[in-house]
Amino acid sequence: MNQPVLNLSPKVSDEVRKTTCYMCACRCGIDVHIKDGKVAYIEGNRDHPVNQGVLCAKGSAGIMQHNAPSRLRSPLKRVGERGEGKFEEISWDEAYDIAAGWLEPIRKEDPSKLAFFTGRDQSQSFTSWWAQAFGTPNYAAHGGFCSVNMAAGGIYTMGGAFWEFGQPDWDRTKLFILFGVAEDHDSNPIKMGLGKIKKNGAKVVGVNPIRSGYNAVADDWFGVTPGTDGLLILSLVHCLLKAGKIDLTYLRDFTDAPVLIDEREGPTKGLPLKDDDGHALVWCRKENRPRCYDAEDVDPDLNGAWEDGDVTHRTVFHALAHKYLDPQYAPEAVAERVVISATRIRGLAAEIARVAFDEAIELDHEWTDFRGRKHTKMVGRPVSMHAMRGISAHANGFQTCRALHTLQILIGSVETPGGFRFKPPYPKSAKIHPKPHCKVTPGAPLDGPHLGFTHGPEDLCLREDGTPARIDKAYTWENPMSSHGMMHMVISNAHAGDPYKIDTLFLYMANMAWNSSMNTSGTMKMLSDKDENGDYVIPHIIYSDAYSSEMVAYADLILPDTTYLERHDCISLLDRPICEAEAAADAIRWPVVEPDRDVRGFQTALIELGSKMGLPGFVKDDGSPKFTDYADYIVNHERRPGIGPLMGWRGNGDDTGRGSVNPAQLDRYIENGGFAIQHIPENAQFYKPWNMAYQEWAVEIGLFDKASPYLFTLWCEPLRKFQLAAEGHGDRQPPDHLRDRIKATMDPLPIWWDPMEVHGGQGTFTVTALTQRPMAMYHSWGTQNAWLRQIHGTNPLYVPTEIWEGQGFGDGDWAKVSSPHGDITVPVVHMPALNRNTVWTWNAIGKRKGAWALHDTAPEAKEGFLLNHLIHELLPPKQDGMRWSNSDPITGQAAWFDLKVKIERTPAPADGRAKPDTGSQASPVGKGPRTLAWEV
Amino acid sequence: MHPAPSVILFSSLAGAGFGLLFFLGLGAPTYDGVIAFGFYVIAYALAVGGLLCCVFHLGNKKNAIKSYSQWRTSWLSREAWCAVGALLTMGLFALGQIFFSVNWQPLGFIGAMLSLGTVFTTSMIYAQLKTIPRWNQPATPGFFLLAALAGGAILSANIDMALALLAGLGAVTAFHWWKGDRRFAEAGSTISSATQLTGTVSLWEKPHTGQNYLTHEMVYQVGRKHAVKLRVIAMGLMVVLPLLVLLVFGPHHVPAAIAVLSHLAGVLVQRWLFFAEAEHVVGLYYGAHTDRQAVA
Amino acid sequence: MTALPSSTDKKLGLVIDLDTCVGCHACVTACKGWNTQNYGAPLSDQDPYGTPSGTFLNRIHSFQTQPETGLARTTHFPKSCLHCEDAPCVTVCPTGASYKRAEDGIVLVNEDACMGCGLCAWACPYGARELDQDAGVMKKCTLCVDRIYNENLPEVDRQPACVRTCPAGARHFGDLGDPNSAVSQLVADRGGVDLMPEQGTKPVNQYLPPRPRDTISDVLEGDEDILAPYLAPVAEEPKGFLGWLDKTLEKL
Ligand SMILES: Nc1nc2c(c(=O)[nH]1)N[C@H]1C(S)=C(S)[C@@H](COP(=O)(O)OP(=O)(O)OC[C@H]3O[C@@H](n4cnc5c(=O)[nH]c(N)nc54)[C@H](O)[C@@H]3O)O[C@H]1N2
Ligand SMILES: Nc1nc2c(c(=O)[nH]1)N[C@H]1C(S)=C(S)[C@@H](COP(=O)(O)OP(=O)(O)OC[C@H]3O[C@@H](n4cnc5c(=O)[nH]c(N)nc54)[C@H](O)[C@@H]3O)O[C@H]1N2
Ligand code: SF4
Ligand code: SF4
Ligand code: SF4
Ligand code: SF4
Ligand code: SF4
Ligand SMILES: [Mo]
Repeated sequence: MNQPVLNLSPKVSDEVRKTTCYMCACRCGIDVHIKDGKVAYIEGNRDHPVNQGVLCAKGSAGIMQHNAPSRLRSPLKRVGERGEGKFEEISWDEAYDIAAGWLEPIRKEDPSKLAFFTGRDQSQSFTSWWAQAFGTPNYAAHGGFCSVNMAAGGIYTMGGAFWEFGQPDWDRTKLFILFGVAEDHDSNPIKMGLGKIKKNGAKVVGVNPIRSGYNAVADDWFGVTPGTDGLLILSLVHCLLKAGKIDLTYLRDFTDAPVLIDEREGPTKGLPLKDDDGHALVWCRKENRPRCYDAEDVDPDLNGAWEDGDVTHRTVFHALAHKYLDPQYAPEAVAERVVISATRIRGLAAEIARVAFDEAIELDHEWTDFRGRKHTKMVGRPVSMHAMRGISAHANGFQTCRALHTLQILIGSVETPGGFRFKPPYPKSAKIHPKPHCKVTPGAPLDGPHLGFTHGPEDLCLREDGTPARIDKAYTWENPMSSHGMMHMVISNAHAGDPYKIDTLFLYMANMAWNSSMNTSGTMKMLSDKDENGDYVIPHIIYSDAYSSEMVAYADLILPDTTYLERHDCISLLDRPICEAEAAADAIRWPVVEPDRDVRGFQTALIELGSKMGLPGFVKDDGSPKFTDYADYIVNHERRPGIGPLMGWRGNGDDTGRGSVNPAQLDRYIENGGFAIQHIPENAQFYKPWNMAYQEWAVEIGLFDKASPYLFTLWCEPLRKFQLAAEGHGDRQPPDHLRDRIKATMDPLPIWWDPMEVHGGQGTFTVTALTQRPMAMYHSWGTQNAWLRQIHGTNPLYVPTEIWEGQGFGDGDWAKVSSPHGDITVPVVHMPALNRNTVWTWNAIGKRKGAWALHDTAPEAKEGFLLNHLIHELLPPKQDGMRWSNSDPITGQAAWFDLKVKIERTPAPADGRAKPDTGSQASPVGKGPRTLAWEV
Repeated sequence: MHPAPSVILFSSLAGAGFGLLFFLGLGAPTYDGVIAFGFYVIAYALAVGGLLCCVFHLGNKKNAIKSYSQWRTSWLSREAWCAVGALLTMGLFALGQIFFSVNWQPLGFIGAMLSLGTVFTTSMIYAQLKTIPRWNQPATPGFFLLAALAGGAILSANIDMALALLAGLGAVTAFHWWKGDRRFAEAGSTISSATQLTGTVSLWEKPHTGQNYLTHEMVYQVGRKHAVKLRVIAMGLMVVLPLLVLLVFGPHHVPAAIAVLSHLAGVLVQRWLFFAEAEHVVGLYYGAHTDRQAVA
Repeated sequence: MTALPSSTDKKLGLVIDLDTCVGCHACVTACKGWNTQNYGAPLSDQDPYGTPSGTFLNRIHSFQTQPETGLARTTHFPKSCLHCEDAPCVTVCPTGASYKRAEDGIVLVNEDACMGCGLCAWACPYGARELDQDAGVMKKCTLCVDRIYNENLPEVDRQPACVRTCPAGARHFGDLGDPNSAVSQLVADRGGVDLMPEQGTKPVNQYLPPRPRDTISDVLEGDEDILAPYLAPVAEEPKGFLGWLDKTLEKL
């Protein structure tokens, strides 16, 4: 038997270049194999802290993104009408002239006439710095419609959040509970973590209306009714409190549970009592008197009571116990709403109690807390939790996120072994974050960073006349704690000229004419709408994209970006770094291949535009450009003396974090595989917010300038401050129509309310409609990828059994899906493992005809559809005709998942096309080839 | 299975062609000169034409020659051998008859056997496949052979023989259909055996939203009603009509011609069904054929 | 060649953990990427920017199951060549292009001999072979034969691309002929199974079935409730609760 002789050791490539993936925001390290100077194969970088060698479906398909026919080729100037996609190619010089021609006058007269908003880019510390120098208050990234509830809920409660800013202690956890996650930003780490948990025989619980992906591998699935997690969580809290299964030591020593709340009537009622230098007061059991919480020998009394004249000040914990022991939170009371039996709720609570207290972990690491007390071990409660948009993308999301963190804190599982751990630069108290700034001076920079954390009415972004200072109305009484801005309101506000008209809308990396917007068809109209003299209502639109997206067709001027393999980027500690719980880390991208098109990295373009306009910080005293390009900025820019965008190899190459500029820094990053990592000392790895060893380490590498320990805040003081204002205290007062809402929603302790009542149209729309991230697709980008679009080329609406049978659906059927706002006609598919009152589809699969260099036959533009047409950025009108934004009343988080619909069986459309028809756009880059066999 | 025209044409035409060669090889009938030439032209046209069709079906024709290498194990390879064997020997035999009016009968006999062998090996290519239970039954070679012989008999004007063979073909074909409808369940492959998952199993999402080679090639399905209609048509054209015509009008050119055409048309329909109705077990991974699987 | 080796020195294959696979398709594109640049003709795509279809050696199906009682489940189900011991795809091949390696049992297609007749794909019960529409030759999982022995790759990387990339660690590669190998142990511990045993192909690849699901509250529903003590109330009313609190704080 003669077998052919095989070459078992073929040459893999000429060279491997290590950089950072950008097929999504997870920022895994990649080994790019280069053959004959071309990208031949991409695999994971084994040494990289984020992905340790693995790649997801998108990452491995990066080569098809890099060679996508949809890549833009040169700057474009619109020649047709907005939306048509008719452009002429122009030079970069002409592009800059046009842009400066629009922007320079604005800056002189009123910088707020520029609205500059960016998508999921990872250079926000740079783009915001540019916007600050320009002087407009109208800057934000996409966080406002993404998951700000998760971020703000976490930071206001415990000085750090889930998102990609923290992680479960994957190696030690014994029970992992996942709320409302399909994929998240930490795509690979979560999958790797689930793998570890399964390997260690630990338990995974998935709380999600839909049982797919992570929830398919979950050992137990809780198919909760959308929007009711708050109830479920507070019911768990109820059970655990009632059984005394809470970590009293942890609560006493590290949280505000023992802090005394002011009981006196008046402007301070309900605020934590403080001493003269602002330290919260607790009742000391030893000395039977109120004392400042951080005194070395204080013994805080969780049940302390201070008889102060005619009032008795009691503790946060006292209030909390009274609130959640109330029978309204008993499993029996909530079971029907969340459609999970009381038995299963108890079962989960009992399992949490068992694991937290019977399987407690003890690590023999000595450590010293902020009171100077020595501890001989680190005790851990190996119950970890993670959550994302499933709970945050509802109008009650902020309070639900706080409820979840309250649960974690009550059992002492935050920053302890086996529980949830922060990644640098977190933990970081909300108090030491910047506050929002909005003071505009013509021809000058803004008075400070745009985004930050408000701590009371005094921090709101309002003009003298009380009207919103920002175009998106962030940090106003409508949503006082909108820490990430409200990108989803920009276009409709700019179109309505409310709060004011703008001149130029400048967008970067956000497909706002499509999947990125609520009310997509409406948004397309607003972008192309004209006034009585035939001018566009939004006069100028500048957009930077790398590909021929839907949004491109709606812009007047296109600044074409490179692909992620062709440019410098920096994933910085000043922004959203790649840190791990054990280490600080940051990374770069660098051009592993040169672009073959007339395109430039957007950050470089911003630098060139900035220096052309002579923006402060972008030019030397003689007016000449300060930075040649983004790489130059990355190396030479300093935020604070010694602190720059990158932490690694500073000074002469030996300093990390703090240190002077090192011209060879980027080379050192490239040598090291594109990233730098600095490990946290062992005795500083847990209890970080209170662990002096960590605090000192953080100061040393420049995370902050002085040690800043703090208490977790179960009682959210800012919320109470806004409530007090709504009750009539203080000189900054909310408009009357908002008083009741503020009083009702901004409770200093987590509460739950039904966010969807207002969407039901008096019982017409009863089914919740959701979307999920497909693991193998990234929003709209994935579709231009020849491999990925074969996996997700269409997206049926998945329907649970009751509705499927109720409507008499069969294979290949279609449905008319309507909301208070409109209707769509789409194909349906049956899915039993689904909450009985929920339908859903994959996010952002539907495409507009002509976009992404696809042929008109593309299924994405035929059966593919967006749910977004049904979601309005405003709530249905109230009795008084008022329309509030479809957002969380506290943070302004877009409430994507509050969508309520009606579903009716309908004959399949004759043309087989999903409705609505959004027309088509010309392609500035032509169409893709008919066959593909990409071998380098 | 996807009813590829090339393969259907091949198996129907070649079948009849080799059937005719079989009779010519046996010397029933025996002619010489022009008449013999005429018969052989028809036979070779059908057989070679059929074989060519099947070469069109190949993705990489330049390697077709290699298909002679695996006769020890591969029915397709054996078919290739039989086919050339049959065509060559019958070719020599034909030369003798046409030009020298001699019958090298032993040669003809071998040729006849090889012709039949070709049809049999062809049938075994399908019959051997466990993955397609409908094909994986003795009646498959049964009707391939009978169809070839019946066609050959009519073409070679062995009318009495033809009558008997047509009847037999009808019976075996009917049985093949009857059995075929039960084979999938008998074979015992189910979506549960395919996935080894417990509970009632159904497909939620296909691996890719688009089509692929497998779904094109193997997850083809025909409507039940449609299939029944076609079975009636096939049986009518392939067996009933030729039988009647031959019974009523006997061995005259025109009726024989009608019989042949009707029969061949019927065989084409029957072969189309043979593919179109065939359920490949891989369909189970794509949510197909679950109506055919054994109820566990 | 088309005859199967009477026995193979090793039985290299994959073990796929259905309890852990999250259905992310990472192994699908990693496979496509590697095998487009390596072994044989590239894996082509037809009408890639219109109505696309293409050659993939590894695909993820997703199934839903409804147990007798309890909640419906979803299982993500990766499938590539199972490198069967009794591989029908090999014996049917007329050209000898399709063969099983004697040294490690890997089933391969020698593209220089393949005539693209498709018969082997018909013979495979698992849909593990796809005729590349551009090259006209049969494509199938090579078990990354050009990685696992490749001296140009670091030792750790001498494993299939799909295994190396699987974020959840749901794919395991090894010698299933050696009862002491890690993969054989895993199969033994977790009760690994053959797909379609009735087809008699004796697959080398093994599948680890999902572990039991939705068990948290069973104990509570059962007569003897082991979790109940964990929720035994310390008091019914807030007042009593705070009493308990004081007592406990004393002890701290
Ligand atoms: N129904 C529904 N809608 C949603 C959501 C939902 O859950 N349901 N999710 C919302 C959320 S959280 C988000 S974050 C948004 C995301 O929506 P978007 O932020 O719009 O995300 P994409 O469409 O992926 O990317 C935006 C644009 O970035 C471009 N791009 C890609 N790479 C580059 C590059 O390197 N440089 C430049 N300059 N541009 C590039 C793409 O071509 C695309 O046009 O969608 C929101 N929309
Ligand atoms: N592959 C891939 N990865 C991505 C992205 C992508 O497009 N593709 N996008 C990135 C971006 S911008 C973001 S913001 C993140 C978002 O990551 P995720 O937070 O995972 O966002 P979604 O995919 O919207 O998933 C929301 C999940 O919450 C569930 N859900 C909805 N409502 C409720 C509820 O009321 N309660 C509970 N418990 N669950 C609910 C939905 O069923 C869904 O599973 O993903 C990032 N990562
Ligand atoms: S998760 Fe995937 S797409 Fe995102 S960075 Fe990592 S490999 Fe790239
Ligand atoms: S899985 Fe299919 S292709 Fe692979 S060896 Fe088995 S039968 Fe052959
Ligand atoms: S397609 Fe190629 S490998 Fe498959 S049977 Fe035909 S010749 Fe053999
Ligand atoms: S082993 Fe290699 S060829 Fe086979 S599926 Fe995995 S990656 Fe693809
Ligand atoms: S990579 Fe792993 S987890 Fe993802 S689909 Fe493949 S086997 Fe499943
Ligand atoms: Mo997002």
